[in-house]
Amino acid sequence: MTRTTVETVTARRPNQRKAGLPRLALHAFLILVVLLWVSPILWAIFTAMRPYADTATDGYVSWPKHFNFDNFKHAYTQSQMGHYFWNSIIVAVPSIFLILLFSSAVAFIVSRFSYWFNVPLLIFFMAANLLPQQVVLQPLYRLYLWLPLPYWVSDSGVFYDSYVGLIAINVAFQTGFCTFVLANYMKTIPKSLSEAARVDGAGVVRQYFRIILPLSLPALAALATLEFTFIYNEFLWPLILVSTGSKLPITAALNNLQGEFFTDNNLLAAGALLTAIPTLLVFVVLQKHFVGGLTLGATKE
Amino acid sequence: MAADIATSVRADGVRKRKRAVRLSTRDRVAIGVMVGIPVFVTGALIWFPTISSIGLSFTNWDGIGGLGTIHWAGTTNYRQIATIYPPFWPAFRHNLFWLGALAFVGTPLGMLLAYQLDKRIRGSRLYQSIFYIPVVIAPAIIGLIAELFLSPQAGLVSSLFADPRHGHVIGWLGDPAVSLWVVLPFACWRHASYVMILYLAGLKALDPSLREAAAIDGASEGQAYFRVVLPALKPINIVLVVITVIEALRAFDIVYIINRGRNGLELLSVLITDNIVGEASRIGYGSAIAVVLLTISIVPIVVFVWNSFQDSEA
Repeated sequence: MTRTTVETVTARRPNQRKAGLPRLALHAFLILVVLLWVSPILWAIFTAMRPYADTATDGYVSWPKHFNFDNFKHAYTQSQMGHYFWNSIIVAVPSIFLILLFSSAVAFIVSRFSYWFNVPLLIFFMAANLLPQQVVLQPLYRLYLWLPLPYWVSDSGVFYDSYVGLIAINVAFQTGFCTFVLANYMKTIPKSLSEAARVDGAGVVRQYFRIILPLSLPALAALATLEFTFIYNEFLWPLILVSTGSKLPITAALNNLQGEFFTDNNLLAAGALLTAIPTLLVFVVLQKHFVGGLTLGATKE
Repeated sequence: MAADIATSVRADGVRKRKRAVRLSTRDRVAIGVMVGIPVFVTGALIWFPTISSIGLSFTNWDGIGGLGTIHWAGTTNYRQIATIYPPFWPAFRHNLFWLGALAFVGTPLGMLLAYQLDKRIRGSRLYQSIFYIPVVIAPAIIGLIAELFLSPQAGLVSSLFADPRHGHVIGWLGDPAVSLWVVLPFACWRHASYVMILYLAGLKALDPSLREAAAIDGASEGQAYFRVVLPALKPINIVLVVITVIEALRAFDIVYIINRGRNGLELLSVLITDNIVGEASRIGYGSAIAVVLLTISIVPIVVFVWNSFQDSEA
């Protein structure tokens, strides 16, 4: 059905074939935009691959005498970036797990049962995710300074300056987006499936784990990809809620590294690019999931 | 179609009422836990602080003494930020400019790119992958990249049009009159990518027969777009408007990493952050600005929520 419509469209679009010149102009336009689009990154790479000494004598816009990865090596070792990468993982992995667990549970209830609170519940979560973060920041900071944690969990004894605190706020903030996406996704899973399981005596928990979760795997994979980039790229929460520099995830740590590299822009460029690599890798490998996750939230079809 | 959904919902509602009675205690406890824990976490860490922000904005508190030292201050904080707190109005203006740049440059550019890529052209996939890149990069990193262009000593602009090695530099970031305008292109760069992804998905989901019909009726490309495609994409258009406003209110990382949001890069979000810790912090001021931000953001949030529940309620 769809295939035939597509064919008729191409067949009936007369301007498609005869318009060679507009096509060419379109490609020219797109290539121009591509150049514009990648130029910031190319410039960063160009700067990062040149030794500081060269740019200091020849200027930044000059033919490179040396071109190598030394700045990347130095940035990585000198500022212990490996350690900060590890912090990002420590925060991101549990966050993503809990976000998906919480949001899929809520979405499951909302999509399988018609309680009066379904719509208010979805609004409760969705709106939380749409708030500007600064709206909650001041009281959250005070709350974190006060909220106790056992010392074996956090050496600060409170949520403030702890990984648990970062995980908690990521979960609270991001659950809304995933709940919204998953609720829409789960509504498309036929009710008859869980009905049948219910008739066979499966309780709510079993229906959730055995029927709905496995069927939602594509959406969960898309959201996991997306949430990884969201949480990895997060800058504000650690900036305010963590005081010990060595506990910072990499993106927030950039703020301090910038001070360390103060005089050396080449090193700074290398550090920035290194930090961008994980999300770029995730994107290249899982592009379909990434785009799928973003668009699932915006279009419901 | 809409009627189908409506009846199925209603039929389900009836079935539900019967089932609710039959749910075992264990199932009801399970439902309570599955909904209760997420509600508690989001309630405690998002909604409770939001309401506290509103409360604190009407009080005086130095943040050092206990909660008992909080004093009612009425609307003093609001009056003072509007009159004797110098950075407030510039920050407010900068947020408006930020919104303007996203709305008039970033969003339309993203829509244009999506529209062009939706045509069946060679290499569309490759173009798409490249245009997506900025969305994946953290805004903080985009701020650093902006510095590589704009830094007076080592930036591209300065190196191209001046001579930093001999003391001639172009210091746009240090000039409050221009700093915002040279940073905004980088914000638009990222925003356009984001918009493109969303809009392209909307265009692809559009029924091709619509455009076919327009073509048969002899509509030009422009007519077909503005009279047929654009109106048919109303739900996604609303999403784009909402996202543009929300992104403009959230803007923070880029300016903060560049120079902690000073020298013309003040934004409301920066002022709130500045008032949290440090000697110059005023909890009342920070909270009052947070409430200003909250009040503005309620509009797009309500529109977004209304937009997404509109058809499921029909």
